[in-house]
Amino acid sequence: MKPLPFLLIGAALAGLSATSQAQQLSGAGASFPAPLYQRWGVEYNKLHPDVQVNYQSVGSGAGVKNFTAGVVDFGASDAAMSDAEIAKVPKGAVLIPATAGEVVFAYNLPGVETLNLPREAMAGIFLGKVTKWNDPVIAKANPGAKLPELPIMVAYRSDGSGTTYVFTQHLSTISPEFKEKIGTDKSVTFPVGVGGKGNEGVTALIKQTPGTIGYVEYGYAKGNGLAMASLQNKSGNFVAADGEHGASTLANVQLPENLRIWPVDPEGANDYPIASFTWLLLYKKYDDAAKLKALKDFVTYGLTTGQSFSEELGYIPLPAPVVEKAKAALATVQ
Amino acid sequence: MSRESSDSKPIAEVRVGPDLFHALCWVASALAVATLAWIIYEIVTSAWPAIQKFGFGFLGSSSWVPNREVFGVFPFIVGTVASSFIAILFAFPLGLAIAIFLSENFLPAPVRQVIRFVVEMLAAIPSVVFGLWGIFVVIPIIKIFGDWAVKNLGGVPIFSGPAYGNSMLTASVVLALMILPTVTAISRNALTAVPKTLREGAYALGATRWEAILGVILPTAAPGVVAATILALGRAMGETMAVAMLIGNSSRLSWSLLSPGGTLAGLLANQFGEAEGLQVNSLMYAALILVVITLFVNVLGELVLRYTQSQTAGIR
Repeated sequence: MKPLPFLLIGAALAGLSATSQAQQLSGAGASFPAPLYQRWGVEYNKLHPDVQVNYQSVGSGAGVKNFTAGVVDFGASDAAMSDAEIAKVPKGAVLIPATAGEVVFAYNLPGVETLNLPREAMAGIFLGKVTKWNDPVIAKANPGAKLPELPIMVAYRSDGSGTTYVFTQHLSTISPEFKEKIGTDKSVTFPVGVGGKGNEGVTALIKQTPGTIGYVEYGYAKGNGLAMASLQNKSGNFVAADGEHGASTLANVQLPENLRIWPVDPEGANDYPIASFTWLLLYKKYDDAAKLKALKDFVTYGLTTGQSFSEELGYIPLPAPVVEKAKAALATVQ
Repeated sequence: MSRESSDSKPIAEVRVGPDLFHALCWVASALAVATLAWIIYEIVTSAWPAIQKFGFGFLGSSSWVPNREVFGVFPFIVGTVASSFIAILFAFPLGLAIAIFLSENFLPAPVRQVIRFVVEMLAAIPSVVFGLWGIFVVIPIIKIFGDWAVKNLGGVPIFSGPAYGNSMLTASVVLALMILPTVTAISRNALTAVPKTLREGAYALGATRWEAILGVILPTAAPGVVAATILALGRAMGETMAVAMLIGNSSRLSWSLLSPGGTLAGLLANQFGEAEGLQVNSLMYAALILVVITLFVNVLGELVLRYTQSQTAGIR
């Protein structure tokens, strides 16, 4: 399913044939941006054959652990790092937003091509309160749509995942009841529905059973041709899940000093409500000057040229002001 | 004896091989035992904070809520035991029937050989492939059956709706297929090992083929068949990937076979990667429980095996 093993084998084989001067950069962390980072590694290697980037998609939690333990050159996390976690890194940590994604409500409802989901319905479905597709809460927002009297089957991620984190964070913000009953985490317990393992598991659940709705990464839903609901944002507009509205969300974010922020409930009229950055974790200081140079150059490549791969892989390119701030943060790495 | 005393040197040389072999066997078996002890030690130490915090309540509690640091595995224990036993319910009759069929001369030997090979090939299919096959083939079928069952048999608790594709029944059906080669291969070996004289004796007394099979051959082979079933049960309990992909991974308890459920192994596979803090300890506690359950099943199997062996000792 994932291209990772092949890349690793490829990297290992390339490593065998490379001269001893080849610079190895090893990273580990979040699985969500892995396809993009690995693509960067491959493309960057074409331009700089003497640098090999090996990114392992082990999950955000494990990425932070490896980074803290100092066994990788850089880490990656969808949940950034908390202040307490940063304090545990002896060499200090710099967070660099590297790309962004959206979490979408993908659904399977024959005959319903477009679907507007008001905020009440988004939380209500996952709380098990909105149980039929023709529920007045949904019907009200979709005049003219032929909503069947079909039970709503809910699909969620059964494995711990940054996707679930971003998703539950948004629903907890817009619904006090959701916050109280379910809360925010990488794995939570929903009162309804069925769990699929990984984005592919949830995708299969949605595809196979008419009446199913679930949350997946935008890139995954797009790649599998799933229908995606338009979500009601803070200003009350229904916004389609696509690159344009996601970019609007990110453009309106005011990055704080430490570059760690979630647009949990963006206010702009065209902002897609559930979007999130994902971060590269770099040390403040590197002892090896050659490694430092290669790493900085690689990350700069990712922030500039690398952003052009975002669209085709289903990510949202970083807006220019974010790239500038990320570059400034990168400059502080020594 | 006399040779040893008269000329010890060549004999010492001759013994180098066996002694080395003896030592190697010792090391190998000691390593196996030590590895098991080490694994259990690691699991217990990692699980210790959760054991201290939750105690035995962990086994009886039904809520697994990582973000509230509330952990209990009762639904997963029930799911593990239920899915394995339902799988055995499907796999045992089918596997035993295949084993009998393959051990008798209903078909020419080459044809039987082919069937046997195909059944045993099932064991070579990776778990994740069974999982994918389950998603794309078994789930749609179970979904059709489920909708029918809810409509027509909905009054029975095990068929109460709504019917999900990812359900206890789906996981059990795929598990049954996965353990079928274990049941078949070991049962077939036990059946073919029944002495020819016994079979001929039964025929000589005027028994028909079915009387011989049911009255003589099956009882004689019973210990092997029991062993096959228990090994298969052990495998079903520990099976991870295919189950995690198919069972629906829910911690809600339900009587319905058509509802999603969860197993201990599936829980570990799902949550270990991103778990932190007490969640890791609790997952280790769950792993310990899984080890204890499978150990219990194997000990029980051994006891049943010994009992049936002693019961059938007279006719062997």
